[in-house]
Amino acid sequence: MTTAVVSSAPSGPRSTATRRLLALGRAEAVLLLRNRTALFTALLLPVLLVFGLKNVLDQQAKDNPGLDVDSLLVNGAVGMVLAFVVYYNLTAAYVARRGELVLKRLRTGEARDAEILAGTAVPSVGLALLMCTVIGVAGASVLDLTAPVNPLLLAVGLVLVVGTLMALAAISSAFTRTVESAGITTMPVLLLTQFGSGLFFPLEVMPDRVADVCRLLPTTPAFQLVRVGWFGTDGSAAPTGFAGSWAAAAPHLVTGSVWLALAVWGAVRYFRWEPRR
Amino acid sequence: METSQLPFPGEPVIEVTDLHRRYGSGTTGYHAVRGVDLSVGRGELFALLGTNGAGKTSTMELIEGLAAPTGGRVRVLGHDPYRERATVRPRIGIMLQEGGFPGDLTVAETGRSWAGMTSHARPLDEALELVGLSARRKVRVKQLSGGERRRLDLAMALLGRPEVLFLDEPSTGLDPEARAAVWRLVRELRAQGTTVLLTTHYLEEAEELADRLAIMHGGRVVTTGTVAEVIAGRPSRITFELPEYTGASLPALAGAQVVADGRKITVQTPRLQATLTELLGWADQHRIALGALDARSASLEEAFLAIASEAALEGPPPADTPTAPSARRRLIGLAR
Repeated sequence: MTTAVVSSAPSGPRSTATRRLLALGRAEAVLLLRNRTALFTALLLPVLLVFGLKNVLDQQAKDNPGLDVDSLLVNGAVGMVLAFVVYYNLTAAYVARRGELVLKRLRTGEARDAEILAGTAVPSVGLALLMCTVIGVAGASVLDLTAPVNPLLLAVGLVLVVGTLMALAAISSAFTRTVESAGITTMPVLLLTQFGSGLFFPLEVMPDRVADVCRLLPTTPAFQLVRVGWFGTDGSAAPTGFAGSWAAAAPHLVTGSVWLALAVWGAVRYFRWEPRR
Repeated sequence: METSQLPFPGEPVIEVTDLHRRYGSGTTGYHAVRGVDLSVGRGELFALLGTNGAGKTSTMELIEGLAAPTGGRVRVLGHDPYRERATVRPRIGIMLQEGGFPGDLTVAETGRSWAGMTSHARPLDEALELVGLSARRKVRVKQLSGGERRRLDLAMALLGRPEVLFLDEPSTGLDPEARAAVWRLVRELRAQGTTVLLTTHYLEEAEELADRLAIMHGGRVVTTGTVAEVIAGRPSRITFELPEYTGASLPALAGAQVVADGRKITVQTPRLQATLTELLGWADQHRIALGALDARSASLEEAFLAIASEAALEGPPPADTPTAPSARRRLIGLAR
């Protein structure tokens, strides 16, 4: 050790929220790249599921002529990617960082609590949105899908989905002791999003009562917003244009916002910064 | 450190008044901090000592602003460290008791990400140089030794050139050489005007470094002052073994307390030189050889042990103490 306690070396800039998010996100991205299990879950699992999704939708199309398989496939693939890459991955990341006391250490610094949670999510969310873009572009060119009817609504839907899933990940991590057990603790939400939010089974092919219940599930409204934003309908009515899509989206906007607020409240209430002793 | 006067009459940088911290509630709750008062002046190095479960870390966390106190008041640099976190944090540096860095990042990657979250960070190379980790830049944190990890932790705490530095057991797990180096570094920081609050298990560390110290027990400060003040009034100690046949009984040794355990004698005295002279004169006169003769002035270690056992005897171990989360798992590890 030397004795350069006092140095003439220039010091860095003032710390801002943006710089802190980037610094945290960068470190977290390196960690994601070095974690094979997480990378597999993030990159390969959704692709495998999309093939399964195609089969399930084709089957349903036989019984329900007129089902728009292509648009449902794109919508379902986007949902799957978000569920696994954002929700599952992030739950495991929060549990891992908490176990290593990283979250506790980060709280001794200048970063605010919300910044720590958001910074940890930067690579998961970034990767998920990148994959969604690839799916969208591929869908548009290969499947000849229309351009999004209401891009603004599509964006709002994505923000709601990502926000709700991040908050749900924070809640789930509170009930998860180890990274290994995240596979089990994330199961309820993952099953709910896949089977109850119109990803594997479109709401329009469900019996009316079941569909009504499913519409009220935490992640359904946000996913339906994405669908309305792109295709102008959630399947319950004929597709509309830019103006008409707002009316179709209104109920989902309301329920989706309520769920986001509830999930954020739950995250603030239940999130654990340190492991139990 | 002979004077009892506070060596730093400047403005207090840390002020703690009647601090309380309670975990949980009702009968299962645990009252970890029970009315602590502290004041640390600018540029002062203050050590918090205590047995495990005494409430040192709980107190530190409140002063660092990591948790809100159940009762009482904390001011760091004139601000509430919990409510005014954004104002206080850029001016302080914190080193927790254990790590908190992802094992899969390298030392340099860890430093870069911390620098991105620290205002006016010093260059990373300089911070690593300070703790002697420059050669380990490209090593993953999980491959570092326990001591190297402690030093990385210290480097991160020093990154923002803090005015106030909090060190929770900074030298635990360090080998003697690294410990000496950390002590040198801490002394230098203090010489440059950094205020330091540290907790330690090592009484030697407090004796070496601290301008003032406080000994905690059962969530309270039992004694506080300079090392000299804490030791003052504590008796010196003489121990020896008498031969099998002495043919003469021990002299009266005025003012001293003599305890015999078979042939082993322990004498406690407030006046070491006078008692020792008397004892040696007696031995000489009767041609008695005193075996394993040892005479020592009161040390912080002795004072600490005496204070801790006194406090344990008189301090009512309150009803909810035994449920302490991590208390009493290990006994205090003394440096000697």
